[in-house]
Amino acid sequence: MSASIQSISLSGRKKQVSNKEMTFWERLYLIAIVKGLAITIKHFFRKKATIHYPEQTREFSPVYRGQHMLKRDELGRENCTACGLCALACPAEAITMKAAERKPGEEHLYREEKYAEIYEINMLRCIFCGLCEEACPKDAIYLTISKELVPASYDREDFIFGKDRLVMPLEMAMKNAQLKNAN
Amino acid sequence: MDSAFIIEKSVLIVVVFAITMIMAMYSTWAERKVAAFLQDRVGPNRAGWGGLLQPLADGMKLFAKEEFEPDTKNRFLFFVGPAIAMSTALMTSAVIPWGDKLHIFGRDVVLQATDIDGSLLYIFAIVSIGVYGIMIGGWASNNKFSLMGAVRAASQMVSYEVAMGLSVIALIMMTGTLSLKEISVQQAGMNWNVFYQPVGFLIFLICAFAETNRTPFDLAECESELIGGYHTEYSSMKMGFYLFAEYANMFISSTILAVLYFGGYNYPGMQWMVDNVGVNTANILGIGVLFIKICFFIFFYMWVRWTIPRFRYDQLMNLGWKILIPLSIINIVITGICILAFN
Repeated sequence: MSASIQSISLSGRKKQVSNKEMTFWERLYLIAIVKGLAITIKHFFRKKATIHYPEQTREFSPVYRGQHMLKRDELGRENCTACGLCALACPAEAITMKAAERKPGEEHLYREEKYAEIYEINMLRCIFCGLCEEACPKDAIYLTISKELVPASYDREDFIFGKDRLVMPLEMAMKNAQLKNAN
Repeated sequence: MDSAFIIEKSVLIVVVFAITMIMAMYSTWAERKVAAFLQDRVGPNRAGWGGLLQPLADGMKLFAKEEFEPDTKNRFLFFVGPAIAMSTALMTSAVIPWGDKLHIFGRDVVLQATDIDGSLLYIFAIVSIGVYGIMIGGWASNNKFSLMGAVRAASQMVSYEVAMGLSVIALIMMTGTLSLKEISVQQAGMNWNVFYQPVGFLIFLICAFAETNRTPFDLAECESELIGGYHTEYSSMKMGFYLFAEYANMFISSTILAVLYFGGYNYPGMQWMVDNVGVNTANILGIGVLFIKICFFIFFYMWVRWTIPRFRYDQLMNLGWKILIPLSIINIVITGICILAFN
């Protein structure tokens, strides 16, 4: 005969419920209360788990992904060529862009003949998965290790980050170039 | 009645009033600190060193908050509720003996605002009036849930007052007096009543928890069933008064526990100190000892609050009527037999 439904335990942690009457000392609850007090007083002297936030910050995981940045190369030109692969790779469909053609005299601004005239990431949709970074063939978009994430705001419009908030500042590109030359 | 006596008593009353206020104020800070420590957190630490200015900040916030009042039929009662709760909480400190006596300017200054013979009765009378604060507040809120909270608080306090009174009767039979001063004096030299009345002390302690509406008996406020309880409709400092009254009550009941059962201002070797070091030093030390005992009980209140979950209402009533009251009556009988047998 196979095992009855009462004796089957899929998790192996099945416990028989006990309905036994409590003894006199158990019904007094006093011993249980004293035991509980002993447990809590132990915690009183234990090391606190708090990290004092503004003064101390928690150590981030090495795979942490912070805010997006559109890179410039050593000459300060934008890498992005508006190919749209990041938007295609984005599972949350947070990225939208509009491509434009580089005009003569703008060679110092954009590296390729095509560039992103508008590049927007909706931070309310973004899930910081990093797939845009992996999809990019031009090394343009990166998720930085910056501890700054998305600042809070009352307006939904504030969460759509345009090129003004995404493109790497020119000074940073210059500094990177200097560092590269120094090495 | 000479003028020196009046000055002495007025100073004492002001000091006692101030101490009660300060203790209640810093109990709110201590509550948050103790809660945090028991939960492996640090608690308030921004306002002042270790968050010591937190009560002031809380008070400022409560005073500055918007005052909201419900569309109630009786506005007067709505305002009277917190006032009654607060004033009854502060009135009980009048009969507490804070120390034996000090010797200042050739006078013996008794460290007690007033030593009436029935001081224990006085305390019970005032504490019972405290129920009115909660009841009126809950009723005048014009809110069913507030009323339910108030009814729960009132019936809980009424039923626990019986057991509390009965547990004290055994103590009164033993000491033969209702004066707290006299009870303190009798406990000199480690003759603490807790050694003679352990069961009575336990009953009194449990009832004190119920009387001050502290966890595990804080049935008056039950956010999952009653929104907030009797103070749901209260805002700003009126709400603050209710909370503050709870802490003042906690301080007073800790004091009464210390005075009735833990020897009050007495400490081992007090007589030796009086004979060898001087009356003043010995008695100032006595005041300090009393405050250590009080602080321990306040801490104990908090310790229990963050350990034991809230009782269910029928469990609370069962404990009060079916266990504590019969137990205290048995305690009275046994005390009576012992008094007859040993004297």
